[in-house]
Amino acid sequence: MARTLGDVILSVESISLAFGGVKALTDISFDVREHEIRAIIGPNGAGKSSMLNVINGVYVPQAGKVTLRGRTFSHMEPHEVALAGIARTFQSLALFKGMSVLDNIMTGRNLRMKSGLLAQALRLGPAEREEIEHRRVCERIIDFLEIQAYRKVPVGRLPYGLQKRVDLGRALAMEPSILLLDEPMAGMNTEEKQDMSRFVLDVNDEFGTTIVLIEHDMGVVMDISDRVVVLDYGRKIGDGPPDEVRANEEVIRAYLGTSH
Amino acid sequence: MNARNLPVTLLLALLAVGMVLPLFQAGTATGFWLEVLIGGLMAGVLYALVALGFVLIFKASGVFNFAQGAMVLFAALSLARLSEVMPLWLAFVLSALIMVAFAWLVERLVLRRLVNQEGVTLLMATLGIAFFLDGFGQTIWGSEIYRIDLGLSKEPMLVLQSVFQGGLLLNRDDILAAVIATLLVLLLALFFQKTATGRALRAVADDHQAAQSVGIPLSTIWVIVWSVAGFVALVAGMVWGSKLGVQFSLQETALRALPVVILGGFTSVPGAIIGGLIIGVGEKMAEVFLSPILVRAFDLAGGGIENWFAYVLALLFLLVRPEGLFGERHIDRV
Repeated sequence: MARTLGDVILSVESISLAFGGVKALTDISFDVREHEIRAIIGPNGAGKSSMLNVINGVYVPQAGKVTLRGRTFSHMEPHEVALAGIARTFQSLALFKGMSVLDNIMTGRNLRMKSGLLAQALRLGPAEREEIEHRRVCERIIDFLEIQAYRKVPVGRLPYGLQKRVDLGRALAMEPSILLLDEPMAGMNTEEKQDMSRFVLDVNDEFGTTIVLIEHDMGVVMDISDRVVVLDYGRKIGDGPPDEVRANEEVIRAYLGTSH
Repeated sequence: MNARNLPVTLLLALLAVGMVLPLFQAGTATGFWLEVLIGGLMAGVLYALVALGFVLIFKASGVFNFAQGAMVLFAALSLARLSEVMPLWLAFVLSALIMVAFAWLVERLVLRRLVNQEGVTLLMATLGIAFFLDGFGQTIWGSEIYRIDLGLSKEPMLVLQSVFQGGLLLNRDDILAAVIATLLVLLLALFFQKTATGRALRAVADDHQAAQSVGIPLSTIWVIVWSVAGFVALVAGMVWGSKLGVQFSLQETALRALPVVILGGFTSVPGAIIGGLIIGVGEKMAEVFLSPILVRAFDLAGGGIENWFAYVLALLFLLVRPEGLFGERHIDRV
């Protein structure tokens, strides 16, 4: 994959995170370049999800800092992270189960809605136009993810693979500049994994979205990522293009050696 | 039919039969039975309004708000005392603003600091808020019985004289209460289903973490939901206070909303309304028709079924369907 990557858009420096006496992350640093697909891999319990939750603002690290487009912060609230243009999906589905597919995706537009409450409730002119505009964006995403047939179905009734797509759709509706994906292929069969890989590549390609991807399954990740960070027991043991990481002795010992 | 539904179906059928049976009892006029039914429905509407406040807060924040009854009393007191010195509509607007300020304070001083604590901790916190609000309400508004005058004639209306012997006696304030409650429920439905804020509230109710990830700030949502619950409390307090007078016992009656939410389900808005109506009608019917039979049969000292009927019914529901009629069933993976 000969692609030219942009400038560094997001970087984490010397992040350490502990829960009580348990060290989840120790002194982790890496950067993410614009338009790239950046993977974070590692065995179970390596601290991948913790890393994502630090970037997302859910966990506050004891040490280290996150820099987003030159702005450094030690902690942002999750909704501030969303405002800054970072969207995410969840490993264990966190959808709004009682709401329809369309409504779920529409929540991704909430931040951009400007009309007042009363205007929305009564469907006054400008509010109506705004709603239609947002609806159009959501319909494009629904088409893109090929879930047209389910737009009115409550999400809780959809099969797992489709719920994962809705989760992605909700994140895309925010039109994020960075998309964090937490094990998007977990629990999927081969066909579903291929579909999801295609969606991830298309998002990256068509919208130019920078993607940070956590995966347990090495095969898929190696195929679609530009650069890979490898974590093991909360430490970084490898960082580089897929081929380089694949050849790294420590990675082979820690990861491939034990689980394959 | 699902075998799990059998006990609850039986229980509901038994209730329905018990309510209709007096019609066939010798000496019960149809008009009188209807009056009891309507009286029960009116009480039920008020229970439903308080229960609605419980459900809104429980859905959005998982907090079991013990202070909902105290909020009804406090809102009613504010409205009653303010309306003594200004027109009713202005007093209503000011009281609504007071409830919003209260919601903001609760979020700032209590919820924000207790986020992610155990449910019991939050319950104790709302218990504290309830007692504070009771006392503080008396401190600033006084502890007498106050009136809220909606400007209606207290003279009951006699309707349907041609259909039943003796006709039907209806209170004007009861009818107004039903109209106001219906409007409020419609307003809430519109708010929740048609506005972006409503969508955000539903999103938070479903999943906190996911809601935050799309940029919904939890603290703002909590202020909004407590404000809405405060507004519902104000409407309930106004209707109730105009009927019975604003006094401390309002808060006890408001606790009747507990059995209502057990019946309807903690997370269901329709459940709060239907549960409220079932309990309202059930306890009135039991008091009027069942009580005399029991007193005669067992030579008891008095009735008083109205005071415990709702709680016994809730207990039975806990045994056969702990999640309530419309609540979400929790299945934990072991």
